[in-house]
Amino acid sequence: MSYLELLKLAAPEAIVVVTALAVLTIALTTRRALVLGPIVAVLGVAVAIVAVVMLPSHANLFGGMLVISPLNSLFKIICLALALATVPLVSSEKALPNPGEYIAVLLLGSVGLMLLVGSEELLMIFIGLELLGLSLYVLAAFDKADVHSAEAGLKYFLFGSTASAFTLFGISLIYGLSGTTALAAIGQKLTTLQLQPLLAVGIVMTLIGFAFKIAAAPFHLWAPDAYQGAPIPSAAFIASGSKVASFVVLGKIVLIGFGPVHGSADWHAMIAGWSPVLAALAASSILLGNFVALAQTNVRRLLAYSAVAHGGYTLLGVVAGGREGFSATLFYTTTYAVTLIGAFAVVGAVRRETGGDDLQNFSGLAARSPFLAACMAIFFLSLAGLPPLAGFFGKFYLFSVAFHAGGNHGLLWLVAIALFGSFVSLYYYLIVLKVIFVDKKPESATAGDGPDFFSRITVTLLATVVLVLGIMPQTLAAKIIASLP
Amino acid sequence: MSISAVLFSWDVIDRANEFFFWLLLVVGGSYGVFLSADLFLLFLFYELVIVPKYFLIAIFGSTNKEYGAMKLTLYSFFGGALVFLGIIAAYVSGGSLDLNQLVQFQFAPQLQSWAFPVLFLGFAVLAGIWPLHTWAPTGHVAAPTAGSMLLAGIVMKLGAYAALRVAMNLFPQGFQMWRTWIAVLAVIGIVYAAAVALRQRDLKFVIGYSSVSHMGFVLLGLATANVFGVSGAVLQMFSHGVIGALLFAVATFVIASAASMGIPGLSGFAAEITILIGAWKSYPLAVWITGAGMVLVAAFTLRALKRAFFDVDGESAAPSSASAARTDARQMPAPPAQMTSSAERSIHLEPITIPEKLGAGLLMFATLAVGLYPKFLLDRIQPAVEAMRFLK
Repeated sequence: MSYLELLKLAAPEAIVVVTALAVLTIALTTRRALVLGPIVAVLGVAVAIVAVVMLPSHANLFGGMLVISPLNSLFKIICLALALATVPLVSSEKALPNPGEYIAVLLLGSVGLMLLVGSEELLMIFIGLELLGLSLYVLAAFDKADVHSAEAGLKYFLFGSTASAFTLFGISLIYGLSGTTALAAIGQKLTTLQLQPLLAVGIVMTLIGFAFKIAAAPFHLWAPDAYQGAPIPSAAFIASGSKVASFVVLGKIVLIGFGPVHGSADWHAMIAGWSPVLAALAASSILLGNFVALAQTNVRRLLAYSAVAHGGYTLLGVVAGGREGFSATLFYTTTYAVTLIGAFAVVGAVRRETGGDDLQNFSGLAARSPFLAACMAIFFLSLAGLPPLAGFFGKFYLFSVAFHAGGNHGLLWLVAIALFGSFVSLYYYLIVLKVIFVDKKPESATAGDGPDFFSRITVTLLATVVLVLGIMPQTLAAKIIASLP
Repeated sequence: MSISAVLFSWDVIDRANEFFFWLLLVVGGSYGVFLSADLFLLFLFYELVIVPKYFLIAIFGSTNKEYGAMKLTLYSFFGGALVFLGIIAAYVSGGSLDLNQLVQFQFAPQLQSWAFPVLFLGFAVLAGIWPLHTWAPTGHVAAPTAGSMLLAGIVMKLGAYAALRVAMNLFPQGFQMWRTWIAVLAVIGIVYAAAVALRQRDLKFVIGYSSVSHMGFVLLGLATANVFGVSGAVLQMFSHGVIGALLFAVATFVIASAASMGIPGLSGFAAEITILIGAWKSYPLAVWITGAGMVLVAAFTLRALKRAFFDVDGESAAPSSASAARTDARQMPAPPAQMTSSAERSIHLEPITIPEKLGAGLLMFATLAVGLYPKFLLDRIQPAVEAMRFLK
């Protein structure tokens, strides 16, 4: 293995790192970083996407540390595309100090995403998690003048580092039992092992770290403050890219690594393993997220609690397991990420015009800016799971897979909880839309200059994606299914 | 029906383009439900109808509109969630979403025993089954005229149609297990709603509850599980669609209320008599109770008619009208009250316009035509019903 070959296989990551450095240099040398930075970043990420496409279809370096497979490549592209959609949001955040540094950190976070997605080895996954996590802590706390941003950063950091400690502890236990850190080898080793207490502790500890990343209850406490306080692009990135990558890795760890100790979450027939743990996480996230969201008056906080609930729905697919279950999870988390970036972009535009993101800041948005209102309606109705939007098909896919899994419809209880949760969720999504479409615009509201060119294009694109994935879900679902081994 | 709804909203000026956007979405979604032979598409259109309804009512409605709209939407979605579960059950066990293929499939009795009530109840929420009917009166009261017309005329039929087409047709054994309970709920609905309608002061509440009562007939017809009852139910769907819309369009009150009472010669009679003949074969007791219900229907309709036509103007314009409109139906005090009706208000306001006359004329023609010659529709309904699986 020559270094040139390694560089070829790791070209996408390298390109993104170089882009990050280039953006930093631009920020140091010119004063027009707010305009130039995003442009260079978008170009760099686009080149990286091309580089991913050019990769060979299969490769495995250093016992799983860097794995190239159709699935990993697909999700590298998706993560990069999500980063691509987040970058234009930065250019409209005029209040942000040092936009160049901000974009550079964002790009480094994307490298973290790619490492996470592209690795099937626990240590490398942990490094990816840390790289991603550290970038996100900085991104959340970036607006130094804003006390909420600092609070968001600190809270995210404290919870995050504790969760990382748990994960590392869990990984070390797993390593101690199996003698390897490569997922495939762990999977083989576990077939011969009984589910002993030490292994159970290791599995639960590892899962806790991911439950934190996907904000599953009861490890969600950082989410509301981070979503509400962090700068808009950071919140969008935390809610989208980080979540997608975490689900990809979580799925790989439990399905490949811990596959033999699946257990069972069937009603009245639970067997110890990781699936009852995830099922419990899913159920508590769905119930807690939806009910607490009912009481929110800040749209970003509301999105945070709804994110907790959506994390719960997405876990259904992993609990169901198998190829179908994993692909349902991946489809759902991707569409959710796209939708959420769009929603955050609209929130950002409203925040710039009205100076806040409470519910009353949205009143009369339909009269003020029909474009934003229509896009917001698409995003929120998709989150609520209404046809013909992407969220609906995602839910249909997830729930039918979960219903099918297990003996004798054993997961029916989880599906019922999820359906009940999505029924509850409709109320708070509708309340936001009611404020937008029905309430009169306040007298004091001034007609702003509307969203700028970049965010307008981004929002339009994202709304189109949500619509297209709802009408023709097979465009993405077929790719995901085909890429799964 | 949609044409006359549009004719009746000729005078919407404020945000007119939005109004017609939502209105056409409702109409388009309803067409989709009636036409689709695929469960997925059917559900898609079914849900597509609900959101526009919310905006139609919440933006353009009157009387407590946001409450009414939210209640209606949440009930609809509650039904939607049940339907969703039922559809997933059918899909996962049957392996297809195509209704024509699913009909061939033999579902396990154990699955049918729980999937049928889930699916049926989900659809029946939209059809206003007792005790999940409370969205209907408040929703009808809050909606703008065209909205109420669509709601009573089309949207409530969607539920009954889908219950017949999907729930009963896919899970015949489940239907056999549960049909007595459906009949019980339907009869309670007929009598209860008629009795409640008797005590209402706001005319739109009266009509709203009468819709629930009439939809009870549809459900009773479905529960009979014989050709007569089910065809009658379908006929009643059509007939009540027209009558309900007419009642909300109030200008043509006499004919509509006569049809609503079931006076021979109008479509309500034709439909209800067919249902009752069907019901007699399965549940004679139900027919007796329903007969009493029909007396109540006649009573509240006549009372409304009397108030609308023979009361002195000055009395009804009393200040109570405003408060009566605002209070919820059930909190209303007992003393005989003023009927505050749109019909009355129209006396004080401008006379009806030509588009409204046209729209009403269209509906009136339909009522009379079906009432005088129901065979025209029944000939088309019966073969379709006989092909249904649960009758075999």
